[in-house]
Amino acid sequence: MLVDVDAEVVENARLSPDYNVIALGAPAIAAISRPGQFVMVKPQAGLDPLLRRPFSIFEIRRDAGGRPTGLTLLNKRVGAGTSLLYDAKPGDRVGCFGPLGQPFVPVDPPAHAWMVAGGVGLAPFVTLAEALAARKTPATLFYGARSAADLYGVSTFERLGVRLVLTTEDGTRGEQGRVTAPLERELGARHAAEPVTIYACGPTPMMRAVAALGDRARRPVYVSLEPVMGCGLGGCYSCVVPVRRGTGQHFVRSCIDGPVFDARTLVWEGLAGH
Amino acid sequence: MADLSVQIGSLRLKNPVIAASGCFGYGVEYAPVVDLSTLGGVAVKGLFLAEREGHPPPRIVETPAGMLNAIGLQGIGVHRFVAEKLPELRRLGAIVIVNICGSTIDEYCEIARVLDDAEGVGAIELNISCPNIKAGGIQFGCSLTGTRDVVQAVRRATRLPLIPKLTPNVTDVASFARASEDAGADAISLVNTFLAMAIDVETRQPKLTNVVGGLSGPAIRPIAVRMVWECRQAVKLPILGMGGIANATDALEFIIAGATAVQVGTQNFVDPLIWTKVIDGIDDYLTRHRLARVADLVGTLHLPVKEHAWSES
Repeated sequence: MLVDVDAEVVENARLSPDYNVIALGAPAIAAISRPGQFVMVKPQAGLDPLLRRPFSIFEIRRDAGGRPTGLTLLNKRVGAGTSLLYDAKPGDRVGCFGPLGQPFVPVDPPAHAWMVAGGVGLAPFVTLAEALAARKTPATLFYGARSAADLYGVSTFERLGVRLVLTTEDGTRGEQGRVTAPLERELGARHAAEPVTIYACGPTPMMRAVAALGDRARRPVYVSLEPVMGCGLGGCYSCVVPVRRGTGQHFVRSCIDGPVFDARTLVWEGLAGH
Repeated sequence: MADLSVQIGSLRLKNPVIAASGCFGYGVEYAPVVDLSTLGGVAVKGLFLAEREGHPPPRIVETPAGMLNAIGLQGIGVHRFVAEKLPELRRLGAIVIVNICGSTIDEYCEIARVLDDAEGVGAIELNISCPNIKAGGIQFGCSLTGTRDVVQAVRRATRLPLIPKLTPNVTDVASFARASEDAGADAISLVNTFLAMAIDVETRQPKLTNVVGGLSGPAIRPIAVRMVWECRQAVKLPILGMGGIANATDALEFIIAGATAVQVGTQNFVDPLIWTKVIDGIDDYLTRHRLARVADLVGTLHLPVKEHAWSES
């Protein structure tokens, strides 16, 4: 089922000059969404900007009785639409349509789940971490950002019992460097008989590197892609990504065949432009 | 409730609101959100004879009150469409208008013959106006002889209602409407997108991989309305009008200018639940204006007397 909600902005927490978490009163979508799914958001009525934008569902908000009351989006201000969401005030209305896309499939114990997030690529992992916690699957989050101030939601993952491996490019928190460095070390130290499933979301070069590391270590890798999208429903064919077919490649729509893909099916050279 | 039905050649539509080709996939994608049987028709994504991959992304970019696209007619080809999508569309009760495109006249004719043999095709929309492919399409649509030749040839290949979709990227669109009428078309669709481009000034690169693309959305609506009005005066054929329709008022503008039916494209991306709003809005208008049938509203533009005299002097 798909729902279109003229959602009220319940809260807008600005985390930095670029990032905010916006809470929307969209219980009907929150109630049926699965980990890694997205919504198409129209920040305001009117013709400019015209199109909706895709956002991973960041968190499901619940009341004291556990009933879903809404959802949040992790937003990074980069253009007109994301600036409107950054500046939104409680009481504003935001068009929210979903839930859309193929979700993450959470792995069951004894397998371990390793989530790898870069920057705003953290967005789909709160809902996945909740699903993993419900299955009692041991989970780790490898989370990289530019600086300590750009690492968000760490306490949320701690509360869910997720082991955290943090990296920053400037070394202000966790290990200095890229998030793929500790991932590579831990993959190398892991016995082949111990199953690990990797989930990644972030900049395309990061996801490509994670896919290569997973491939070398013979671990399945699932990535959540974030290409430009027109409709979110398979109507426009703008969000295509290349997947392997025979000896060649084939464009598939990431809105309905993704956004989550098995990394081995993707033609990474063709994704460089994203 | 007013009578919303309209006649397009031999095809009867229960209402004049059609999903535009290229903006609605193969229709089946929208079945979870829209009851396809409530639409006047579904114009499916343009089909060649064979499968096509289309252009590498980025394929769209937003512009003020509109968007550019250069998808490049990615598609599954007519045979897979007939085998995989058409039965589902029939089951869902959709009136199916199949948009077809060819690199050669022979290819257009071959696709038309395949569709003629298939069960459940309501009409053929002849895409001679896609601005995003190298061979075929707009090459026919930008030449009067090309338009006449391809419409005539496809006319001989099928009994289905034939609807050439015209490009606005010509000086005098009405002459292309006349060429289509002379060649045996049952109706015409207009407009396809306007050839356009957008540049990232920081990198000095085009924002689309294909460099140029087609502009759609509310930005083009006044030009499209003008073109429908010009064609209404040039031909007797029913016109399927489109270009930036975002609500019932926009649709009524096209109908009053001379469109028998309208197509909604880009706005479906913004609001996938737009359909009942447009259909009910047209019905409300007819009731308010004491009109029993939408067909009675087609081409009823009241020209101001003074301007009318001036334009004829």
